[in-house]
Amino acid sequence: MKALVCMVALLAVVAGCGGGSDDTITVYSGREEELVAPLFELFIEETGIEVEVRYGDSAELAATIAEEGENSPADVFWAQDPGSLGAVEDHLDPLSEGILGQVSEQYRDDEGRWVGTSGRSRVLVYSTDALSEDEVPDSVFDLADPRWKGRVGIAPTNASFQAFVTAMRLSAGDDATRQWLLDLEKNDPKEYEKNTPIVEAVAAGEVDLGLVNHYYLYLVRKEQPDAPIANHFLAAGDPGALVSVAGVGVLESADEASTAERFVEFLLSPEAQRFYVDDAEEAEYPLIEGIEPREGLPPLDELAGPEVDLTSFGAEHEATIELLRETGYLT
Amino acid sequence: MSRAAGRGAAQRPPLPLIFAAGAVVALLLLPLAYLGIRVASGGRVLEILGEASTWRLVWSTALLAAGVVAASVLVGVPLAWLVTRTDLPARRIWSAAGALPLVIPSYVAAFCLLGFFGERGLLGDALGVERLPEIRGYWGSLAALTLATYPYVFLLTQAALRDLDPSLEEAARGLGTSGWRIFLRVTGPAIRPAVGLGALLVALYTFSDFGVVSLMDYDTLTRAIYVQYKSLFDRAPAATLALLLVALTAVALVVESRTRRRGRLYRGGPGSLRPQPIVRLGRWTAPALAFCSVLVGLFLVLPAGVLAYWLTRGLANDRKLEIPWNEAVNSLTASGLAAVVAVIAALPVALLALRYRSRTSRLLERLSYAGNALPGLVIALSLVFFAARYATPVYQTLALLVFAYIVRFFSQGLSGVESALERVNPRYEEAARSLGRGPVQTLALVTAPLVRSGVLAGAALVFLSAMKELPATLLLRPIGFETLATEIWGLTQVGAYSRAALPALTLIVVSAPVLYLVSSSRHVASGSSG
Repeated sequence: MKALVCMVALLAVVAGCGGGSDDTITVYSGREEELVAPLFELFIEETGIEVEVRYGDSAELAATIAEEGENSPADVFWAQDPGSLGAVEDHLDPLSEGILGQVSEQYRDDEGRWVGTSGRSRVLVYSTDALSEDEVPDSVFDLADPRWKGRVGIAPTNASFQAFVTAMRLSAGDDATRQWLLDLEKNDPKEYEKNTPIVEAVAAGEVDLGLVNHYYLYLVRKEQPDAPIANHFLAAGDPGALVSVAGVGVLESADEASTAERFVEFLLSPEAQRFYVDDAEEAEYPLIEGIEPREGLPPLDELAGPEVDLTSFGAEHEATIELLRETGYLT
Repeated sequence: MSRAAGRGAAQRPPLPLIFAAGAVVALLLLPLAYLGIRVASGGRVLEILGEASTWRLVWSTALLAAGVVAASVLVGVPLAWLVTRTDLPARRIWSAAGALPLVIPSYVAAFCLLGFFGERGLLGDALGVERLPEIRGYWGSLAALTLATYPYVFLLTQAALRDLDPSLEEAARGLGTSGWRIFLRVTGPAIRPAVGLGALLVALYTFSDFGVVSLMDYDTLTRAIYVQYKSLFDRAPAATLALLLVALTAVALVVESRTRRRGRLYRGGPGSLRPQPIVRLGRWTAPALAFCSVLVGLFLVLPAGVLAYWLTRGLANDRKLEIPWNEAVNSLTASGLAAVVAVIAALPVALLALRYRSRTSRLLERLSYAGNALPGLVIALSLVFFAARYATPVYQTLALLVFAYIVRFFSQGLSGVESALERVNPRYEEAARSLGRGPVQTLALVTAPLVRSGVLAGAALVFLSAMKELPATLLLRPIGFETLATEIWGLTQVGAYSRAALPALTLIVVSAPVLYLVSSSRHVASGSSG
């Protein structure tokens, strides 16, 4: 019984702790701790502002923010993809012009509620054991060719694949996309949970090609330095060359909106942007002017993905899911 | 026993007991209330129920659960019998090793199976073959989930076999019944309630599991619920699918009730606690040892071996080793609190259901299971919804996280308390009452000491499940509160398996002593076997 009383007392004490001061911001981060923790440390060091970070899956955190409503403890939402930000756009405050102006229009919300912090390109990762680079197709549409039967890896339940399908719908039309999905299905693509397992499967020779974001290659290399894998960037305008972003927004419920904005400013500062070039394991693209991407990556403005509006991805998502269901990729 | 307790049905239960049990069950039903609110806000119920794909999901979920239950019983019951009732060499070691897979999170089990048997796995490397047959899909999910859940059947069956009244089998033998027949006619029916309860826990776990089915690419209701949540735009359809899971739970409960009722017919009469007769295996020793070796090899040595291999690969790549002490302490704290509070909360529900049998008390007890098959994400979001609105001071505190664990794993605590309480002869309690003791004193002085080992077993099950819980932990933990499970998740997210291996092995190592506690605790509820 005594032990029980102690337990309850302990619970009460723990429950009473916490609660923020003015110089503390709370960030919900859909970006992985392993990748971005150094950026948070840098911010704390530079500004003296304390940061409390809740790490999780971007979509789950978006659902959490939606369920929390006005009482959300979060001040800032930093998400992996525009879709998650779009899902909570009603809970976001517009950012200042000074912040928005730093990033090209195509990588931020039309109404200024969120802004991209780093870019990534869709690519075909391929096995250098099985293929030379000139054998790798320049368009995703070529993957419907029977010669790729059983040789392609995809992740249809993953947000990044779904965003790519949205891009195809918006650039090539629903009918062409449906046809491509049906043709691809006849080629028995192998399905994986997400990007990393696809790159690993290519490294192991389980498939020869995979539809992924460009930076997963570096993560797998870190674990298997000799893996026979390389990225192939697709031709300009191809939906498979979609460039998307991770982005950040400030919540309406933020206690100190100006402190929260300082964090957004920091993420777009040259120092934080250079992190992706010099330090980050995953080598994403910096988005502000004047900082070149990591050596070996084609410059961002040469990556001409399809002409699509990332802001509309949230609203278009439902139709994409419906199409993936109809064609048997999702249940 | 059932007849003895039946006499209690005439009594009215004390009001505080009704109140306590009612309050516990009401709190456990919060996730259902949340689902109701979400469905009411436009769940497109009819539209979703009208789709063939929905019913395919129900079917595939039921099929997986049935397979995992069958496999768990086929594995768990013989193993329990071998280590409890035979002269199998090294029984204690097999007994501990047989229960240990319980601490391996199912997603880690799936990773390990894929890492070994998968097309790009270690086995393929070792054999030098290019391609192995595909193990993902139904069979891979079945294997990984059986690995993670058969210990429920094993542990509960083992406890029942230990407590079995030896006079039953002696009587059968006296009547000239032969060995196999005794097992089928006497032993089997007598342990059926325990096996049924274990099977129920297995089914509930399978319903709620996301980690395995997503890695193994097998479609279930839970996986569809996650896909719905990830598709972001509308949370109502996911709620409708979740209610279908609750309906499946109801079916599982009905099936379990039947095994229990039929089982009880064979129990009855007092018996003393005597050592069980030991069956000599003779020429069956070698096959029995082979059976145990294959099981332990497949379900324990293999996953641990794959983790160890990843660990050494990390060491070879010059990774520094940091044992995650902080995370381990956090995991132990949260899970320990959840275990203690869960069994305390289970006591009034179990007492009401077993000592004051009535339709209402039975219904209350059954209702406490309703949310246990829901995916962790759904439970987490429901608590986010209520706590952020109506209980902000506890939102994102350890207290709420502990509460979430209890909501998820209450049935496991209850199973321990109930199975122990069923073995306590109510006549002891009646005697205490007739000597002038009040109900609370009777509970504290008579009942509590007698059910101690069962309560301990229930607490241990909750503890072990909470240790590996992930989805609710991610959303509800206090900020910066890292557990072993979140650490494993964070590392596997970026493909750093060699570093994820260490927290995974730590999880197994720190949980093992608790398992030892469960498997070595003997039920001291003497004086009644029924």
